[in-house]
Amino acid sequence: MYSEKVMDHFMNPRNVGEIENADGVGEVGNPKCGDIMKMYLKIEDGIITDVKFKTFGCGSAIASSSMATELIKGKSIQEAMQITNKAVAEALDGLPPVKMHCSVLAEQAIRKALLDYSKKTGVKIEGLDENEFNEDDLHEIEVED
Amino acid sequence: MEKIIYMDHAATTQVRKEVLDEMIPYFNEYYGNPSSIYYLSNFSKMAIDKARERVAKAINAEKNEIYFTAGGSESDNWAIKGVASKLRDKGNHIITSKIEHHAILHTCEYLEKLGYEITYLDVDEYGMISLDELEKAIKNETILISIMFANNEIGTIEPIKEIGEIARKHNVIFHTDAVQAVGSLPIDVKDMNIDLLSMSAHKLYGPKGVGALYIRKGIKIDSLIHGGAQEKNKRAGTENVPGIVGLGKAIELAYAELEENTAKLVELRDYMIKNIQNRIPEVRLNGHPTKRLPGNVNICFRYIEGESLLLSLDMYKIEASSGSACTSGSLDPSHVLLAIGLPHEIAHGSLRLSLGKKNTKEEVDFVIDKLVTIVDRLRQMSPLYEKNQEGK
Repeated sequence: MYSEKVMDHFMNPRNVGEIENADGVGEVGNPKCGDIMKMYLKIEDGIITDVKFKTFGCGSAIASSSMATELIKGKSIQEAMQITNKAVAEALDGLPPVKMHCSVLAEQAIRKALLDYSKKTGVKIEGLDENEFNEDDLHEIEVED
Repeated sequence: MEKIIYMDHAATTQVRKEVLDEMIPYFNEYYGNPSSIYYLSNFSKMAIDKARERVAKAINAEKNEIYFTAGGSESDNWAIKGVASKLRDKGNHIITSKIEHHAILHTCEYLEKLGYEITYLDVDEYGMISLDELEKAIKNETILISIMFANNEIGTIEPIKEIGEIARKHNVIFHTDAVQAVGSLPIDVKDMNIDLLSMSAHKLYGPKGVGALYIRKGIKIDSLIHGGAQEKNKRAGTENVPGIVGLGKAIELAYAELEENTAKLVELRDYMIKNIQNRIPEVRLNGHPTKRLPGNVNICFRYIEGESLLLSLDMYKIEASSGSACTSGSLDPSHVLLAIGLPHEIAHGSLRLSLGKKNTKEEVDFVIDKLVTIVDRLRQMSPLYEKNQEGK
């Protein structure tokens, strides 16, 4: 049911862990729904120099987190802001339709960590809105696949 | 095929060689339609007759009380819809439980749309219904009580004989979904006051696509499948002769070997539960410690999610199942685990290992070794675990 890439990122996830004194931390999801993603960012001069994650969830949630960290590592904040759930899913060679919300979670985790960075430092990030993280709505989000 | 460690016998079982051997001639040698009158068809008729006798004997029923179906779900649907429609002038109330199989629950929900009233009994932390609550729920309009013999997820065995007594006392028909119990537990429909009982062949080392409904003599229910005159005009459709032969052989073997198998499985089951509990912290056994199916192990591992556990086990070709939402295609974890009072986040981390005849202690040890590693790996990745450890 999963692509080889999903299984690879599930069995050998990249960038698992935490960053002490991270510049931005974002947690999304809900244990009731069976998935929580927590993302840690280290940002220097507008560049994401390090990223780590921790995830409670199914195989595709873990793989989506891992892939998301790879996609943004070394990128600028603006580049990271361009990462969509679709990009995460495509980079994994696709996710089953019922699992697309996992890629949405990954996108949201990145944005929430960036929002935290923005709040901590006062650096304004265009396109970020605090109200976009209504966790109850997360599973209802219409996703393109 | 690579060597697999199969621990999902509650999902289905491998057809036994003795069963398959007996089925094969009915595919291509004795292929006559049992409804035909010529020589060739006598073989099929006799085969069905023999199977009916074997099934009846296994549950202490009479031969003419056994009706073959296409499996457990059909038997459940037939029992419930058949009683509901037959007795619609008498009443519209059905009592069942919150932990039934979906073949019962979704059938009841369908009947609710047609105007029937359903009481879904609560269960306790072990998954047991309360006999007091059952008796209190009975009213003048009650036409059926349907309570499963043993639960497919957590293995809990319900007090069937006592339920049967209550139903009989109040003159209400009693159906039991015994799909998980037949072949694994002793069943006596007379002693237990069972009026209707569903079973399925593929849970007891028989073939898929065949089952039976026991209908006690004197109980009248409407048909579900209309058509030809098969099964005494009660269940139409040309009989699945090889399947029926398979069910007959499988059930006979299961009861001939019941004591020996039960003893072996209970020992293996308890060994597995004890060792998982000893070697992995923060686990919870779901279901009753002793009143449970011989091969059922159901355990929640806190802070991790069931699907990722199953995928990791599958890397070692260990086949099991989970009550996590991610394995069901819905967002909610198993209705059974929620009914026994587990919070969502713990219910998501459940693992069911259902042991069978061929499983060995070596396999159980191997699986536990792998579980220790997998659970630790997933916990190290889990933000819930991290939070909890900080709190200590």
